[in-house]
Amino acid sequence: MKLKTISKDLVIIGGGPAGMSAAVAAYDAGVRDLLILERDSSLGGILQQCIHNGFGLHRFGEELSGPEYAHRYEVMVHERNIDYKLNTMVMDVSPDKVITATNSEEGMFYIRAKAVILAMGCRERPRGALNTPGTRPAGIFTAGTAQKLVNMKGCMPGRNVVILGSGDIGLIMARRMTLEGAKVHAVCELMPYSGGLARNIEQCLHDFDIPLYLSTTVVGIKGRDRLESVTIASVDEKRKPIASTMREIPCDTLLLSVGLIPENELTKSASVPLDRVTSGAVVDQDRMTMVDGIFACGNVLHVHDLVDFVSEESAIAGRAAAAYIGGRTRGSEAITFVPDGKVRYTVPQKITTRDEVNVFFRVANIYRNVRIFVRDGDREIYSAKKLKVAPGEMESIKLKKEVVESLSGQPLSIGLEVSE
Amino acid sequence: MKNYDVAVIGAGVVGGMISRALSRYDLKTVLLERRDDVCMGASRANSAIVHAGFDCEPGTMKALLNVRGSEMMEQVAGELGVPYVRNTSIVVGFSDEDRGKLEYLLEKGRKNGVRDLSIITGDRARELEPKLSPNVKWALLAPTGAIVCPYELTIAAVGNAMDNGVELRTGFEVSAIEHKDGGYVVSSGEDSVFAKYVINCAGVYSDKIAAMAGACDFTITPRRGEYMLLDKESGGMVKATIFRTPTAMGKGILVTRTVDGNLLMGPTAVNIEDKEDVSTTEEGLESVRMQADDMVPGIPVRQVITSFCGLRSVGSTHDFIINQKKPGFINCAGIESPGLSSAPAIAEYVVDMLEGSGLALKEKKDYNPTRRPFNWFKNLTPEEKDDVIRKEPAYGRIVCRCESVTEGEIRNALAMNPQPHDVDGVKRRTRAGMGRCQGGFCSPVVIGLLAQQMGIPFEDVTKSGKGSYIMVGRTKGGRKK
Repeated sequence: MKLKTISKDLVIIGGGPAGMSAAVAAYDAGVRDLLILERDSSLGGILQQCIHNGFGLHRFGEELSGPEYAHRYEVMVHERNIDYKLNTMVMDVSPDKVITATNSEEGMFYIRAKAVILAMGCRERPRGALNTPGTRPAGIFTAGTAQKLVNMKGCMPGRNVVILGSGDIGLIMARRMTLEGAKVHAVCELMPYSGGLARNIEQCLHDFDIPLYLSTTVVGIKGRDRLESVTIASVDEKRKPIASTMREIPCDTLLLSVGLIPENELTKSASVPLDRVTSGAVVDQDRMTMVDGIFACGNVLHVHDLVDFVSEESAIAGRAAAAYIGGRTRGSEAITFVPDGKVRYTVPQKITTRDEVNVFFRVANIYRNVRIFVRDGDREIYSAKKLKVAPGEMESIKLKKEVVESLSGQPLSIGLEVSE
Repeated sequence: MKNYDVAVIGAGVVGGMISRALSRYDLKTVLLERRDDVCMGASRANSAIVHAGFDCEPGTMKALLNVRGSEMMEQVAGELGVPYVRNTSIVVGFSDEDRGKLEYLLEKGRKNGVRDLSIITGDRARELEPKLSPNVKWALLAPTGAIVCPYELTIAAVGNAMDNGVELRTGFEVSAIEHKDGGYVVSSGEDSVFAKYVINCAGVYSDKIAAMAGACDFTITPRRGEYMLLDKESGGMVKATIFRTPTAMGKGILVTRTVDGNLLMGPTAVNIEDKEDVSTTEEGLESVRMQADDMVPGIPVRQVITSFCGLRSVGSTHDFIINQKKPGFINCAGIESPGLSSAPAIAEYVVDMLEGSGLALKEKKDYNPTRRPFNWFKNLTPEEKDDVIRKEPAYGRIVCRCESVTEGEIRNALAMNPQPHDVDGVKRRTRAGMGRCQGGFCSPVVIGLLAQQMGIPFEDVTKSGKGSYIMVGRTKGGRKK
């Protein structure tokens, strides 16, 4: 091939919080020949537009804004002279770790990598995915796009707002639009509980008297050129709208915060197997995918609530990538976690080493007075009680080294016992 | 008031193809469109099928023009650089009663001159299309059935016509037509043109336009058709276009892959009054889903990326209405399905009518039937792309991640005939925003490029025509330019 081909020990795809943290950890573990590829014009990823505070409590012990949090990592990247390319889009990753990328300075080029860390983040579910009937006027935005227009472009998407979905970005934007002088008439949530963090419900809705309607959805959209109204309705236990509860709310803006989807196009191009529940790669405790030498971390792996945990997870991937480049190979056995349904998924999905492991998971519903258990066959190897677990808050447990060492090698069932 | 030889009213696929056919000759032609962009009616929201022609009643204009149009389409699409795939149409039947209907279709098709039709068993159909329902017992196979991108076709036809000298006037909503001095004065509120010949291709409004000229002996009923479009991940579920056995209301719900690799299912068929109502309905989308599922079980509705609705222009004669009730005023009305398939043939037919009415057709020396495709860059090898980027760095900047659309391609579309004026216009030309995130990431960049090209503030860019403003102004601290 006539195209330029370079070689790197480690290539990190994505220069957001996950990619930067992975790069820093890999560097600190001894990798020097590494490169971050970032499609945007600066490092930082989505944090650049998250100008609210609340980032960094776990990682730095203080409350930072998104850009401040990103800046901390940018400084670490610069201090280590870690190489990165901006405005660079990765078009393909092959299973043997050849990356095809493009930018305007270098045209199309290939990078042959010993290890790859996937850190591409996630995207928002758009309106089309909801199949909400009605017209297709201007004035319907995903919450993140609206956030970009307001915080990065200094433009107001609208004045009279309804928000569908109570994910964290939706809650943050309810407050943001209110602070900018818009009226947020309602936040509607299909489920009987919010998918957002409890602290965001308090600080973004309650503090501003913005009503949150649970078990409610948008069933109609009107307006030819610009949105004129939405119709909302309560839903029954099967999440079907109840006709008698329909109510039309005049508004010029509908913001959608109806879910985030890991951006795994490149993961698929590299033939990395995905988890149907997380929509991210299946990984072991090192965040290594089922393709040796390809790692995944951050929101491309599974959607996180807090960037602090993204950084933590990505550091695991960075250190493990360094060990892989140094010659460490994966153990031949793999012990799989089997969630019981109340627990929807775990990350990692597999353990391939007999060492201490933190297992992250999400639950399917709000449960109170629960006991979290892990069983190896009939033998319970972990048990812990919790007052409340919720889908909007990621949980984690630690399996100690001696526990992991004692495992039979059979699949581990992980679940909840609920005593209401 | 400017003088023209021909004024074409309506820049849909029919008006576009007629304008292009006229641009071959030494004529002054104007194309009048009420919206801010071309292809804003039925031509942008339909099944995107080039029908083989077995469905039309033998002897009708529909039959004649469909079969001819289907023959012409591959060459026309090739000249215009529009994706076209002859992917085969399969009409499925679930019972022996349906088999009778399929035989009837086969018979009609043969009378219409459709080549290579055959009836096959359900098992044979499933060999061709493994995702077909086990309940399919019989099928009609039409290898000449094809798919095309209808909005690219229309935009390219108008663009090619403009490249060859046709004038496009957007925002020209015809409000009066007056017979005068051996021609017609066609007026909007603000502007008028004079043309010796007028061709009415106004879609659902063609009855209103015909009435203005005193040439209306028909009515047009808008027939709503709702569709769901799925992610490219599902595009491989079928290769062919799968139809149900037709009913009086039309060909029924079909399932097809698109030339871009998505999966498309629809349309419903509901007659309505409102010529503007392109809203989708809960019942409509549900019936699309149910009927598609009968034919191809297990279509993942989770993968729907958008749903939309188009209005077919159903004429009161149930055939295409192509006539000259007044000298020099030609109606092309009631161009419902198979209108897209027939459009190149309609253009040919209308040009013949014009010539028959005394319009002198002298071929231009410099007529160029070809146009560089919008997707020329996408189809290059990595090495070729590299060369382009070195000359034009904007092709190295990806704007739309989902569809891999570069800034270079968007700038190219912004400069090409007919120029887009809004975000949806850029989308139809470049596919930026057409992918699975539906513009979430790229729309702010596209807005910026449009603002720059048009020399307007960022916040004044619209989504789809006047009134579809995206932003209401600046934030409290937002800088004023």
